[in-house]
Amino acid sequence: MDDQIGEVGVSRRELLKGGAAAGIGLVAVGGLGRPARAQAKKVVKLSFIGPLTGGTASNGLGGRNSFLLAVAERNADPKSKYRYETIVLDDECKPTVGVQAALKAGSDPEVIASVSHYCSVVAIATVDTFNKLGLPSMVWGAVLPDITYGHTYVEVSRVNGTMINQNHIAADFAVKKLGFKTFSIIHDTTDYGRGHAKYFTEGLGRAGGKILSTTGTAKDQKDYTAELTKIKAEKPEVIYYGGLTPDGVRVKVQMDKLGIKAQFQGTSGIKSDTFIETAGPSAEGVYCFVEGAPTEKLPGGKKFLEAYAKMNFKEPSEAYGPFAYVATHLVIEAIEEVGADRAKVAQKLKRTKKRDTIIGPVEFDEHGQNTVPLITTHVAQDAKWVVWEDSEYATGKRELPGLKFKRERT
Amino acid sequence: MPPLEVILQQAFNGLMLGVMYALIAVGFTLFFGVLDVIHFSHGDIFTLGAFAGLSLTFLWGAVGLGNPAVALLLTFLGALLLTGLIGVGAERACVKPLAKAPPLMTLLATLSLGLVIREAILIFYPRGADPKPFPAMLPQGLWEIGGVVIRYENLVILAIGAGAMVLVDLIINRTRVGASMRAVAQDAEAAQMMGVNLNRTVDFTFFLGSALAAVAGILNGLYYSEIHFIMGIMGGVIGFSAAAIGGLGNVYGAILGGLLFGVLQTLAAAFIPRGSEFRDVVAFAVVMVFMVFKPTGILGEKTIERV
Repeated sequence: MDDQIGEVGVSRRELLKGGAAAGIGLVAVGGLGRPARAQAKKVVKLSFIGPLTGGTASNGLGGRNSFLLAVAERNADPKSKYRYETIVLDDECKPTVGVQAALKAGSDPEVIASVSHYCSVVAIATVDTFNKLGLPSMVWGAVLPDITYGHTYVEVSRVNGTMINQNHIAADFAVKKLGFKTFSIIHDTTDYGRGHAKYFTEGLGRAGGKILSTTGTAKDQKDYTAELTKIKAEKPEVIYYGGLTPDGVRVKVQMDKLGIKAQFQGTSGIKSDTFIETAGPSAEGVYCFVEGAPTEKLPGGKKFLEAYAKMNFKEPSEAYGPFAYVATHLVIEAIEEVGADRAKVAQKLKRTKKRDTIIGPVEFDEHGQNTVPLITTHVAQDAKWVVWEDSEYATGKRELPGLKFKRERT
Repeated sequence: MPPLEVILQQAFNGLMLGVMYALIAVGFTLFFGVLDVIHFSHGDIFTLGAFAGLSLTFLWGAVGLGNPAVALLLTFLGALLLTGLIGVGAERACVKPLAKAPPLMTLLATLSLGLVIREAILIFYPRGADPKPFPAMLPQGLWEIGGVVIRYENLVILAIGAGAMVLVDLIINRTRVGASMRAVAQDAEAAQMMGVNLNRTVDFTFFLGSALAAVAGILNGLYYSEIHFIMGIMGGVIGFSAAAIGGLGNVYGAILGGLLFGVLQTLAAAFIPRGSEFRDVVAFAVVMVFMVFKPTGILGEKTIERV
């Protein structure tokens, strides 16, 4: 079954890089005369599980790289009690493959914890698996609330926020700040897409927006012209898309091709460099919401980006790379503190309190859910994601396409 | 009842989608017609054609080829040649050596080849995991007639798609190699006894089918302005299903099947409540109905008319 699991070993080049970084750190801090101390460290394995192939692979690869960076940093630290080895597994953003990956990681007794999942559909599917295996797993990117709120297992915790806050803030922003009133919702039919649609609908109900239609579409659907033609006749002011980058690109590009001038509003699922690069000019004026803040604006974002750049990864860290990085550090800190024992590490991680990290303070509630209060609005401006407050759209120098459409229509 | 302009727009959407499917379906039907082979990597050959086309557009940009019409023509020619040759390679690697093996072996081999092609694009194409923007090489702009949007590029895409299908028809029915293909399709042994070079005919069939997949891939890129390494998975399944609905082995059936599939998906998404969630269910249910009640497809009979 290895083929299906899609194990992706760390490439030789990356191992060399990690090894070199670790080596340099040891030489610099410990001196050349004490190599035996490094060799004597007990080996602890950590697994990373994320989508390394498939439509959301760019986010998975960014997460994996950030995980490797954190591990390399810890291995380069002479104070570390253990030497950390990595197992990188591809979940392909598919629940069945994700469960197999979790089983593979959990069946290796040397694996003490896992940093797992970008895709909500996979993360929700592996919750029981991690519980049965007793393997602590810290989610680094999936936003479906039930991943932490749908059970009482000690093994699963999450460093990023959920889609509940994100969508309530998104609804308030669109209705109360921008003054949009009518919305057509498209979402992919996975738990992830449905969850976004559900909480955005809930948020709109509170904010006073009107939903004209809700359309579920298959993940990785190529053609949206039929759905968009139907929606065009409804004349919405905003088309909300609850789904991930590849499909989000298609919806927006095909909106433009069909001459639909409504505002496109996305979720954290489309906040990637890939969205901007692939959608090209169609991306201009698209806005979305992400937990935390842009990497460069995070308390330790600059340091993270510098360290990331030094590793010469081929892929960017993407929006959730810093979360994978923080999750890895939290996992390692727990192992350093309580030892290489799965049960103790799980208990320790679940009770994470008042940790200063590069994404800001991290504090878990009783469900092991980070109560990140910050949601940042981003808007695509000149082929870059810009924080709303820093954008020319916020200052009034530019007008959002949807607002222009609304103004011209009235 | 939806307004007339919505119905017309949906019909046009279905037609565009159907042309894409038809081009892939024709490849499947050619392979089956001539060799009784289901070439399951054909969907990934379609992806390969799109990526070959995209790479060539970068090449033309790098060498400073300014004329968009010439660049488009060269993109098509280059991608057709490259993909056609890879198709021939696929046939020699996965089909010919298994000519006397059970059909299941060929099916498995071509399925595996598809996976190899897909993963190779992922690994070797720069940032291959991401969807790739496909440059707009056709005239932009649109007519909006009574609420129906018709883009200039869509008309060109339709023309190229239809032209490719007419060309295939002419090759099959009006050329010597086409006559060889038809002869092999009817009886390979008898055709060989009559002087038909079997190897060359089979090679040409795979070249033609794969080149058509490249046309479909590039048109897909031009239509959606985006390509992705996984696009061949559904493209292949639908192309094969379309060929089966039309009648495997019959070129006109494949075209009809492709158009029918595109229209069915569009109609399901457009006019059935919550139909968008069930567009594939509806389309594939029709495939099942055909398989049960008319397994030879709409036009598919093993007659003299097949390829």
